[in-house]
Amino acid sequence: MAIIKVEHLVKKFDNLSAVNNISFEVEEGTIFGFLGPNGAGKTTTINILCTLLSPTSGWTFIAGHDCMKEPAEVRKSIGIVFQDTTLDKDLTAYENLIFHAYLYNVPKNERQERVCDVLKFVDLFDRKDDLVKKFSGGMKRRLEVARGLIHRPRVLFLDEPTLGLDPQSRANLWEFIKELPGKHHVTIFMTTHYMEEAEVCDRIAIIDNGKIIAMGSPAELKMTVGGDIVYIRTTDNVKTKEEIKRLFGFDVSEKGEELYLTCVMGDTCIPEMIRTIGEGVLSVRLQRPTLNDVFLKLTGKAIREEEASEGDNVKEYVRAHRRRH
Amino acid sequence: MEFNAIYVIVAREFKKFIRERSRLISTIARPLLWLFIVGAGMSRLVSPNTGVPYIQFIFPGILGMTILFSSIFSSISIIWDKEFGFMKEILVAPVSRFSIVIGKALSGTVISTIQAIIILALFPFIGFKLGIFQIIEVILICTALSFSISAFGIVLATFYESYESFSVIMNFIIMPMFFLSGAMYPVKLLPDILKLISKLNPLTYGIDAMKHVIFKFETGPMSPDFSYIIDVAVIIGTSIIFVIVAGKLFERKK
Ligand SMILES: Nc1ncnc2c1ncn2[C@@H]1O[C@H](COP(=O)(O)OP(=O)(O)OP(=O)(O)O)[C@@H](O)[C@H]1O
Ligand SMILES: [Mg+2]
Repeated sequence: MAIIKVEHLVKKFDNLSAVNNISFEVEEGTIFGFLGPNGAGKTTTINILCTLLSPTSGWTFIAGHDCMKEPAEVRKSIGIVFQDTTLDKDLTAYENLIFHAYLYNVPKNERQERVCDVLKFVDLFDRKDDLVKKFSGGMKRRLEVARGLIHRPRVLFLDEPTLGLDPQSRANLWEFIKELPGKHHVTIFMTTHYMEEAEVCDRIAIIDNGKIIAMGSPAELKMTVGGDIVYIRTTDNVKTKEEIKRLFGFDVSEKGEELYLTCVMGDTCIPEMIRTIGEGVLSVRLQRPTLNDVFLKLTGKAIREEEASEGDNVKEYVRAHRRRH
Repeated sequence: MEFNAIYVIVAREFKKFIRERSRLISTIARPLLWLFIVGAGMSRLVSPNTGVPYIQFIFPGILGMTILFSSIFSSISIIWDKEFGFMKEILVAPVSRFSIVIGKALSGTVISTIQAIIILALFPFIGFKLGIFQIIEVILICTALSFSISAFGIVLATFYESYESFSVIMNFIIMPMFFLSGAMYPVKLLPDILKLISKLNPLTYGIDAMKHVIFKFETGPMSPDFSYIIDVAVIIGTSIIFVIVAGKLFERKK
């Protein structure tokens, strides 16, 4: 069953089309990823889905409820980790979560238990009585994920959950997110501009300039690039080149000491080639296309992490700066 | 009514209020300075045969000031919440905007009333004799007035996205509201234009109601400016109006 349904969604800010006629569905119990560069329209889409923003046109449904007409029902079904932190830094971790439990009308006799459960789940139980302002970025992120789970939502939105985290914490957070659908029966809708993070998704929509330009599983998307690249080094490259061309029909090129060719399902192709060519093979290596290659092929530009994280740093800086006033 | 949500919104503000000693101290210090410095100074200028000694005359006004500042401060913490994102946590929750507004207004009410009671406890030091029923009546007025001003503060807060506007609110809204409320001088003695503005100020009626209770039998120039019934009606009426307006403004989406 599709738990999120979006049809012809459009959002204009003055003349700018932040979201430009997108449609997609998300199956219950899966991880769906929105992948795109800064300003692609990811957060805008989430804000519409979570009833904070009205669309210019189009329809959005969550768990069968219209986000515009039945916001209360939609809000009960969702949990969110926003791109920018939304914790109260002057309260403790525990107080932030209890606040949430009351706000979502968690039954009285379950409040404390549920809060403690999620705190243990994200490994913050020991720190529950510390003020949030003493937490590191990664701890705050985990706390926000925990908070989003207290009321047992059917859909959890994660808007760039790993923003500003070091590679180690990012990896840990993803391990943890991967387990959510199984452990908490929740559908995940996440956004990121880190290509390799999108690999955990069951399905991905690549979004650029407010439009979905490709959609599918990571494997399917990578297929569109044309397959894997196989590099082979042999004792007699000239002879092998001829042989592969003749027997398999691949276009083989040469680069330094290696031959390389593009083929769909490189992993099953290699054993067969080795069997045929026989003795002379010195080394074989397989390069799988990345989602970055997919993005590159579709848009002619790369989503570069360096650029992306620089942008975030500027944002963080501006926010920190404004706070001082 | 979403009692859990309303309760927890109030509990959060209350907890933060208790933790922030400096805020409590400064909101208590301000009225004390006015009462014992401005009040004492002005007493020398104001002729003693106007009926009520000046320092006693401004006492209801000082209670009103305590309520004005702490209610508005409490409500415009909403601007903080917007700037630091916590407001989003509240807005995506399945809670009606109306309950959020009630919760915020009650937060201001609780905090302001506590502070007003602390100031009220000073009455013996400025030569008042108040009976227990008078004290209870004043506290009730303070509570209702706090609610009304807090709700007004929420209406204000919906117009601002960042805390940079704070000094604008302070200089162009809070201070004029204080000076044109009958706190420092009777409304009846003001020039017509200022009299008119004072009559549009909800704080005026709250302070006037307290004057009715505290200076029961006074008839001179220092006596209350409006009838008690009108005062009470305005306080209750503005409370309802501000809550409804704030609720509607909160409902707006971009
Ligand atoms: N409130 C707003 N008013 C005007 N323009 C806006 C507003 N919010 C977003 N936009 C614009 O809409 C576009 C999409 O923004 P959005 O925040 O959805 O991007 P994003 O994909 O989340 O990017 P990022 O990776 O940087 O978070 C941007 O060009 C942005 O400037
Ligand atoms: Mg974003």
